[in-house]
Amino acid sequence: MADVITLTYDISPDDFTRAGEASSDVKSKLKQMGVPPEAIRKVSIALYEGEINMVIHAEGGRITVEISPQRIYMVLADKGPGIPDIEKAMQAGWSTAPDEVRSLGFGAGMGLPNMKKYSDEMNIETEIGVGTTVTMSVNIA
Amino acid sequence: MDKFYHSVRLDASLCRGCINCIKRCPTQAIRVRNGKAQINSKFCIDCGECIRICPHHAKTATYDSIDVLKQYAYTVALPAPSLYSQFNNLEDTNIVLNALKLMGFDDVVEVSAAAEIVSEATRQYLAEHKEQMPVISTACPSVVRLIRVRFPNLIPHLLPLNPPVEVAACMAAEKAMQETGLPREKIGVVFISPCPSKVTYSKAPLGTEKSQVDRVLAIKDVYPRLLSCMKTVGRGDVEEIGVSGKIGISWGSSGGEASGLFSDSYLAADGIENVIRVLEDLEDQKFTNLQFVELNACNGGCVGGVLTVENPYVAEVKLKRLRKYMPVARSHMEAEHEAYVPWTTGVQFEPVFRLGDTMMESFSRLEQVERLCRRLPGLDCGSCGAPTCKALAEDIVRGEASEKDCIYWMRENLHKLSREVTQLAQDMAESGKEKSGKLPVLMDYVRQISSEITYLDSRVQEPGSEEEQEETT
Repeated sequence: MADVITLTYDISPDDFTRAGEASSDVKSKLKQMGVPPEAIRKVSIALYEGEINMVIHAEGGRITVEISPQRIYMVLADKGPGIPDIEKAMQAGWSTAPDEVRSLGFGAGMGLPNMKKYSDEMNIETEIGVGTTVTMSVNIA
Repeated sequence: MDKFYHSVRLDASLCRGCINCIKRCPTQAIRVRNGKAQINSKFCIDCGECIRICPHHAKTATYDSIDVLKQYAYTVALPAPSLYSQFNNLEDTNIVLNALKLMGFDDVVEVSAAAEIVSEATRQYLAEHKEQMPVISTACPSVVRLIRVRFPNLIPHLLPLNPPVEVAACMAAEKAMQETGLPREKIGVVFISPCPSKVTYSKAPLGTEKSQVDRVLAIKDVYPRLLSCMKTVGRGDVEEIGVSGKIGISWGSSGGEASGLFSDSYLAADGIENVIRVLEDLEDQKFTNLQFVELNACNGGCVGGVLTVENPYVAEVKLKRLRKYMPVARSHMEAEHEAYVPWTTGVQFEPVFRLGDTMMESFSRLEQVERLCRRLPGLDCGSCGAPTCKALAEDIVRGEASEKDCIYWMRENLHKLSREVTQLAQDMAESGKEKSGKLPVLMDYVRQISSEITYLDSRVQEPGSEEEQEETT
């Protein structure tokens, strides 16, 4: 038996109808695994925020989720524009989302703050013009 | 009563083993095994979708027959608000209520009247429990059952109030005992229901230990008899029985419960697939500033129940016409009702979809499911009896099915076998040890098997090879 189950999802850009597919698939698998509801809630909220971010800002990317009985480790990697000022981006309510995105009800400036809030550990690596990789983990036990 | 009691059942003699129900079931609770459908009682939420879809009428709802009235010294009818929507040009609910008495009931207590009391209690609950928002309606038993098995994070958001039918039953029982002096067991409190889900509720309620609803009749059964009684009532003086207004009547269709809360901050979804989508999104906290969520498993709300007669959308129009000139509400919370409304027990999460008994077992099974899914064809054809390849993989790891149930898998195996037998026969021929002269016969058989499998290949398409098939044909 392997120690981790690895799931990968390619996130397509500008497709809001498909945004959320990765997080809901992960959610259903965690439920089948019998992961405590609170951990599932944290993963699904954090991952959905990340997924939406990739659709809005980064022209898609790839999400890799590693599930082990101890924790859920998520890597969200994109080749987008990068985040110029992480400190600002982490502030609640600060947003660079364009108007058409806001009109869909997204872009309230809570993406990264919520990802931080609902994960037990989060790390951002970003380079302007190269891309951003966000890693998050949620502990099960 | 069994906490997984069900009113939706299978009549095996009518089941032909087709795949219609397994495909439609929103919780993937049905499998076809040995040529017959089987309902997994832990997954089933009694929504009635399989009753709707089954072309052979093999899915049935259990409910009581009208004869049960004879078992009681005194009977009270509880008409659902959706009952009023079943008749053409009904202008006065009193015609239906009097007809119920004519049909043999001793008294009538409207569920729509109790609904107005529940609406009032809900308004108060919302005002006092802002931290629980969004509050999710608990009037549809299928929705509560769905949340119980699939959305543990939403259980704290459930409205902890009894559904109108329960409040009406409590009122009816109390009134009957006071007026007749009869003991409770001689009184029959009988709900006239649009759906089997309420039958389940009456036998195994969630939120309260024991339901005061003694019997449940189907609207479709009562309908013909009621119609003829209504004609008789229509000719005479109509006794004023009805005590409900717009709010109570509106509960019969989707959005009605929410409209009684005098708030704009609500969402009302109907149809089980839509309900699931809303619950998924609620769980991910995709809605902000929402006060109330009304969810009905049936399309259109209770008017869409599987035990009704009228088309749900036509029924909704009829309900709108009927309530047009009614006062907003005619029933209000009195001191004696207060005990009937709040839940007395909670709802416990039932993790039935878990793959194993422990998290380690579930984890290892989930991994096996992932591996199996990569090997299965991914066509979700249903021929194995499971609704999707993934569901088959889950059944296999639970030990309830085998890879052999997949016809594509079997075909692959047959190819392999035939290749092996061919090889064996060739080896024997070449070694020259086989003298009986039967070898050519054996090889002929093998050739026949191969050609039949090849024919099968052309009929049962290889997954993902549409273009190649087109070229060869």
